[in-house]
Amino acid sequence: MNFVWAFVVGGLICVVGQLLMDYTGMTPARILVAYVVAGVVLSALGWYDPLAEFAGAGATVPLLGFGHLLAQGVVDAVEQQGLLGALTGGFTAAAGGVTASLTVGFLLSLVAKSRDQN
Amino acid sequence: MKMDNQTYDEMRKKASPPSPVVRDCLWAFFVGGAICCAGEGLGTLYRALGFTLTDAGTLTSATLVALSGLFTALGWYQKLAAKAGAGTLVPITGFANAVVSPAIEFRSEGLVPGVGAKMFIIAGPVIVYGMLASVAWGVLYHVLRPWIGG
Repeated sequence: MNFVWAFVVGGLICVVGQLLMDYTGMTPARILVAYVVAGVVLSALGWYDPLAEFAGAGATVPLLGFGHLLAQGVVDAVEQQGLLGALTGGFTAAAGGVTASLTVGFLLSLVAKSRDQN
Repeated sequence: MKMDNQTYDEMRKKASPPSPVVRDCLWAFFVGGAICCAGEGLGTLYRALGFTLTDAGTLTSATLVALSGLFTALGWYQKLAAKAGAGTLVPITGFANAVVSPAIEFRSEGLVPGVGAKMFIIAGPVIVYGMLASVAWGVLYHVLRPWIGG
């Protein structure tokens, strides 16, 4: 069942993005920014954690989950360090994903050939 | 065969393929769902190997990012994205694609102005606004903490 809900919830989150692209003409960059910020807001409201419990990777793999990760990181950091945590929590939680992306991007740029992007 | 406008409309609706929006959404649903399922599988695997929930999550993200980078370098991710739209954009693999793709494309402009700067064309705004939102929430949480009992 875990896989079914991951598939359905993850798929539906992507459909919302697709509807935004088709009906509002939002660019990919704007969609990604909107998703991360929305993830922080939904997490702050306490709505995203139940979804992540329920749908697992269906909720954490989409960029909404990245926002959720930032919001959780900042809560943990504020609880440990007080106000200073507001500055450190987000990047600490996001470190793995962002650093992996940058490292992979750099290494592949050295070995991969540029090709037609379409 | 004689027909009025209404009959023609009905026949046209029956004969034409689903609207582009419906087709786009089906692609987004199945491809996005499949990527999330891959994430669920990786997460389950890492948990079974004895990693904590948090570490398994980080490893899952890192693995998806690496796979997405590889498929981007091979030119496959772009081909899928042309059909799947938001299904390939919204998962973290889409974020990785947005970093890796310009890094490769702008390699010819040098390591600093090309690779180093262009990696952030899309990732930059995502990180900036994500961090701003997290700082705002952190400050708010700090203020609200005495009342919501953190």
